[in-house]
Amino acid sequence: MQRIALLAVVASLALPAAAADEDLKALRAEIAQMKQTYEQRIAALERRLVDTEAARDKNQPQQDDGTRGGTAGGFNPDVSLILQGQYRRMKDVPERSITGYWPAGGHSHGGDERGLTLDHSELVVSANIDPYFRGMLNVALKDGEAEVEEAYFQTLGLGRGFTLKGGRFLSGIGYINEQHPHAWDFADAPLMSKALFGEHYGQDGLQLKWVAPTDLFMEFGAELGRGAGFPGTDGNRNSAGTSALFAHVGDDVGRSHAWRAGLSWLSTRAKDREAHFEDTDAAGPNEVEGLFTGRSRTLVADFVWKWAPNGNPKERNFKFQTELFRRTEGGDLACVTDAATSPCLGGVALGDLRSRQTGGYAQAVWQFMPQWSVGYRFDWLNSGSKRYDPATVFAALDPANAYFTGYRPKRHTLMADWSQSEFSRLRLQFARDKSMQGVTDNQVALQYIMSLGAHGAHKF
Amino acid sequence: MKRLLILFLLVALPVRAELRVFACEPEWASLVKELGGDMVSAYSATHALQDPHRIEARPSLIAKARNAQLVVCTGADLEAGWLPPVLRESGNAAVQPGRSGYFEAAQQVVRLEVPTRLDRAEGDVHAAGNPHIQLDPRNLLAVAGPLSKRLGELDAANAAHYAARQQAFADRLQLAIARWEREAAQLRGMRVVAQHRSFSYLFNWLGLIEAGTLEPKPGIEPGSTHLAQLLGQVKAKQARLIVRTPFDSPRPGEWLAERSGIPLVTLPFTVGGSERAHDLFGLFDDTMAQLRKAVP
Repeated sequence: MQRIALLAVVASLALPAAAADEDLKALRAEIAQMKQTYEQRIAALERRLVDTEAARDKNQPQQDDGTRGGTAGGFNPDVSLILQGQYRRMKDVPERSITGYWPAGGHSHGGDERGLTLDHSELVVSANIDPYFRGMLNVALKDGEAEVEEAYFQTLGLGRGFTLKGGRFLSGIGYINEQHPHAWDFADAPLMSKALFGEHYGQDGLQLKWVAPTDLFMEFGAELGRGAGFPGTDGNRNSAGTSALFAHVGDDVGRSHAWRAGLSWLSTRAKDREAHFEDTDAAGPNEVEGLFTGRSRTLVADFVWKWAPNGNPKERNFKFQTELFRRTEGGDLACVTDAATSPCLGGVALGDLRSRQTGGYAQAVWQFMPQWSVGYRFDWLNSGSKRYDPATVFAALDPANAYFTGYRPKRHTLMADWSQSEFSRLRLQFARDKSMQGVTDNQVALQYIMSLGAHGAHKF
Repeated sequence: MKRLLILFLLVALPVRAELRVFACEPEWASLVKELGGDMVSAYSATHALQDPHRIEARPSLIAKARNAQLVVCTGADLEAGWLPPVLRESGNAAVQPGRSGYFEAAQQVVRLEVPTRLDRAEGDVHAAGNPHIQLDPRNLLAVAGPLSKRLGELDAANAAHYAARQQAFADRLQLAIARWEREAAQLRGMRVVAQHRSFSYLFNWLGLIEAGTLEPKPGIEPGSTHLAQLLGQVKAKQARLIVRTPFDSPRPGEWLAERSGIPLVTLPFTVGGSERAHDLFGLFDDTMAQLRKAVP
């Protein structure tokens, strides 16, 4: 258009200079022709513009009715990978255990290795299966092994507050039990978790949960499982080996405070649950297998309180968390070995064994400025009361065995961590560990936790 | 036993006639109120002083989601860090993504800043583009239609009521948009520094130009190196204003304002972000007033 206008101006300026009408006519014809050409070209361009816009609209992400989840447009399924490693400085203790407690054995994510270590890497894959189910897999990868931490489906469409979970999942008992190591506020698990379950209690089974239709958050859950994990043993039976019940209550207080409290109960059966003991062989002590067969019941109370100014945890926040437990076990003790001179040779029954043990932990983590937080944790356990017939038991097993020792294990832990973004974290931790009688272990850990991939949204 | 308990609770609970809506952010609670009037009760999971990216999946939110008939959220991954566990734990089938009780506002508008490169080295980028869509009132118009339709589907008896209110709201908003645009005409072309990309839609609507962000990358805290660099740039780029949301830390903005002499303004960002921003109209009235006050 502009060019036409320009030409017109040029033409009009040139007019007085034009000598003859002939020239004028020719010029007018020429201008008219040019105008026509330009108009055609402009029309063509406008058509192309309309076409391009239409094509762009087609390429826009399809505008739907808004029911679709945000992640649906992303990568399906959600995949995340968590890399973890530590440098640990601690005493060289050959067989670490907690004095007064039956060694949980089972699996733990390291924590016993000294020096530079690679903790397991977590691979998490999750997605909605269809409108009715969601699936999730969490595999812990270490040298030569891939351990299935969780592999479960969960209902989405049951409604009325019900959710059913099936497969392998971390039990809903207590608070920290459902958290994977990367979500912990410290570089290792509380002593309580180690004493009770080895690290955490996983179920191979079913969980039914119900959220009450009230303004106050109330949640009730029941689990049935195989019960192969400590304190139970794999029972090779058709019925369930373990059952658990839990209830959670929670709410906000004002804009800045939120809390959750819970009570959980776990019952499981053990058959020939093994632990290393030393016998009373006159020819010198042998390492024999102590065997427990009976019931184990655990009661856990948990409480979490979080503070964030105006409900905005990004700048500053504070978290207090505590759990208490009482475990009662009742059954029979036996010992077995094939050492020829041992009193346990071939398997000997040692009568009734009943125990009641208590303990817990309390921790506080304070993020005092963006990216930085510090925390303190206190662990305490009580080896509690044990009832057995000393004459029978100590005829075969050395009374000096740590399990029979009355002791109150304790640990103090201090940590500081730095998270440059939501996805990376470095942590320095000091611990004074007195979980073994006669040993004061001053530990230092330097840890990294890096998350790749999907946003791992965490529960409260 | 549990069945009996449920039956008891179902009978015992007071019958509430209103449609119960769980909104993730205050702007959607406000919009639902505009569209539903007395026929809806709207609960906002967050308030204006909270960063909607960083919310804890608190028990109280699960309890609210449990009883909701409709969940209205921004989407575009804004709530990815907390909404999925809240909805999953609620055991409420009706409001799960994909069901009619779930509504994402960002799906209704053309989103800005859709990244061409998805890499966390670029910070916490949202694959679906910038989710802070509420500060362009034309987006509210685009959301209001489908949202009103959805209310009518869930509560068919009152569908006509919702449709009428939507029409009235759209008329009022269109008039207001014309007014706001007139008021903001003088601001066109002004260069502004923002803390996070929270105001992109506002800038886009009013023709303001972003002259940098206090965050070096989305979701990464402003550091001293980046701020020092920015200080050099804002003068060269002739930035005339620094804006922040009520929940952003004031420190980086104050630092830059002090050294550059460019005024720092706190815009309400959403409903409840200032005293005047008590509803969607107040939100824009106050935003306009703040901008015009800062740049006479």
